[in-house]
Amino acid sequence: MTERRIQRLVTVRNPQGLHARPADMLVRRALQFAARIEILKDGERFNGKSILSLLTLAAEQGTELVLRADGPDAEEALEALAELFGRGFDELGAGEPTNDHSLDG
Amino acid sequence: MQVLQGIAVSPGIAIGEALVIEKEGYVFSRRSFEHEAVDEELARLDRATDAVAAEIERDRQVIAAQLGDQYGAIFSAHHQMLRDAHLRAEMEELIRRQNMTAELAVHQTLRRCARVFQDMPNSFLAERALDLHDLEQRLLNHLLDRGHEWLLDLDAPTIVLAHDLTPSETARLDRRWVRGFVTEEGGEGGHTAILARGLELPAVVGAGQVLTEVVSGDLVIVDGDQGVLIVRPTKEYLSRYRQQLKRRSSRLEALAALRDLPAQTLDGTTVRLLANIEFPHELSACLERGADGIGLYRTEFLYLSAESEPTEEEHFQAYREVVEAMEQRPVVIRTLDLGADKMWYRSSAEDEHNPFLGLRSIRLSLRNVDVFRTQLRAILRASALGPVKILFPLIATLRELRQAKLFLRETMEDLDEAGIAFNHHIAVGMMVEVPAAVMMIDYFLKEVDFISIGTNDLIQYALAVDRSNKEVAELYQACDPAVLRLIQTSLCAAQAAGVPASVCGQMSSIPHCVLLLLGLGLTEFSVPPGAILEVKRVCRGVTIEQCRHIVQTALQMQGPLEIDTYLKEELKKLVPQAVR
Repeated sequence: MTERRIQRLVTVRNPQGLHARPADMLVRRALQFAARIEILKDGERFNGKSILSLLTLAAEQGTELVLRADGPDAEEALEALAELFGRGFDELGAGEPTNDHSLDG
Repeated sequence: MQVLQGIAVSPGIAIGEALVIEKEGYVFSRRSFEHEAVDEELARLDRATDAVAAEIERDRQVIAAQLGDQYGAIFSAHHQMLRDAHLRAEMEELIRRQNMTAELAVHQTLRRCARVFQDMPNSFLAERALDLHDLEQRLLNHLLDRGHEWLLDLDAPTIVLAHDLTPSETARLDRRWVRGFVTEEGGEGGHTAILARGLELPAVVGAGQVLTEVVSGDLVIVDGDQGVLIVRPTKEYLSRYRQQLKRRSSRLEALAALRDLPAQTLDGTTVRLLANIEFPHELSACLERGADGIGLYRTEFLYLSAESEPTEEEHFQAYREVVEAMEQRPVVIRTLDLGADKMWYRSSAEDEHNPFLGLRSIRLSLRNVDVFRTQLRAILRASALGPVKILFPLIATLRELRQAKLFLRETMEDLDEAGIAFNHHIAVGMMVEVPAAVMMIDYFLKEVDFISIGTNDLIQYALAVDRSNKEVAELYQACDPAVLRLIQTSLCAAQAAGVPASVCGQMSSIPHCVLLLLGLGLTEFSVPPGAILEVKRVCRGVTIEQCRHIVQTALQMQGPLEIDTYLKEELKKLVPQAVR
């Protein structure tokens, strides 16, 4: 495991956007990793381990966000978080395809 | 900066730190602590956080069991907010750097955060502000005792902001530091307004939703002249108000110089200046102004601030304090003057559509004889200690006056039998505040030792205007010629009968109305303590002859505004420094 900083582009897919429940899921997942986790929206940075920070981000459906992780387990962290976005935080109806793009940073 | 408009109920300007009393009754007593106690304060915060976390988890389980995990999730989000790193860091910063108490740090941090959400365009997110309020309440629940002895513990000039101050809250104010009041609710005649005027502190009521805009510790300005609250003022505003404050205090100093000068007109008529008070603690203000006595001691506070009916002893102690402090100067104690709607423990008149015309004041006393007797006994007992007089309010018929006097005589007999001392010749008077009493004044004057004209109610009943009703408030005019004739009739009849008369009520403290009342022959004014010197200044600047001329001219006019304007012009000519 190497120290590195990586980022990845994700899209908010669930219809109600990143409201309290998904934000809660995201933070709980993020807290399981040692890496510093940030979410960028239009150049603004939000703390991935703070639910209040994430809520103020006010990401609605279709918003594109950059996930950025910095630390020993950065890769695993991003993988896990991107996966949450991918399945729309379990708020998608059946049959909607998952998609995300990777960017190396 | 924010400027919020309310109703001006007590004049003056105050600048200070906000002390917010939440609707739930929470207040933050201490704002800071000794630096050595930082760890202790952080530990308090931790304990409260843990306790709230446990509460939230319990709630989550209950809801999840009833409605399913999806619904429990909202509590999970609450939990996450509670443990939020940002929040915690911010609170810790306030505690460590500013030595702020944990409760205040919680309040400020969560309020600030809630405000961010409130301002968001997305209504779904705006609702998160409610979650934060909820968390705040939960944390404060653990950090604060409700009904804490908060206001006794201030250490800097403070402006009290509340949804609506309760009488018991106001009773606990730390008067050394409270400089003004602002409430979301309330009106001209409300408790806060009366209290603020009594304490001579600027106040704004009916200001609408202000508590969400202000956090304890914010700098605020109360402008009691304009009815405005200014939150977090800009430098320009602050310096402008500081200057106003300075001008004001130099004006007050000029007035203070009048304290030991006689209240005498230029042609040598001595005027007696008495004070209206609501609470015993207003005594110092009366003594400072050199009041000639208490012309109206309202006793409603005894009924309003107690949880139950006041006992005879409670009445007596409140009267004794005033009588002793006034050292042989007269004290006029008015019996209960409340509407039945305010007497919650006797709900005999729940369905009154028109409480001002309903079961109130002396009518209520005559119906509830046990309550009335308790008060009469206490007044009589106080009469053994100094020149106490008794005043019956809202007398409309001779029958009412006679009944009230009968109860008084019976009470005297009871006291005699019990061997309790009192003044057998206690002076008995009535308020003249119902037009019917004016029409019958010659009969009344044969049965009373003095009269006191209550202009506030007299105007309201004569003109059929409720001045708290915005739609008709402008019809309420002290200088309405009809009102002046009622006052003239009463005063002339009293002079002819040799019965002393005074005027209490707001009119007698308005400088240009003082000219009129002097011209009508009035030599005894009963005014709020803060107005005594102002009235004295007017008296010292005029002759009775001048005032008589003014009355003659004014009584020929047909409209209140005409009279008002004329009186103000005359005042400007005669006593220019009294013009505000």
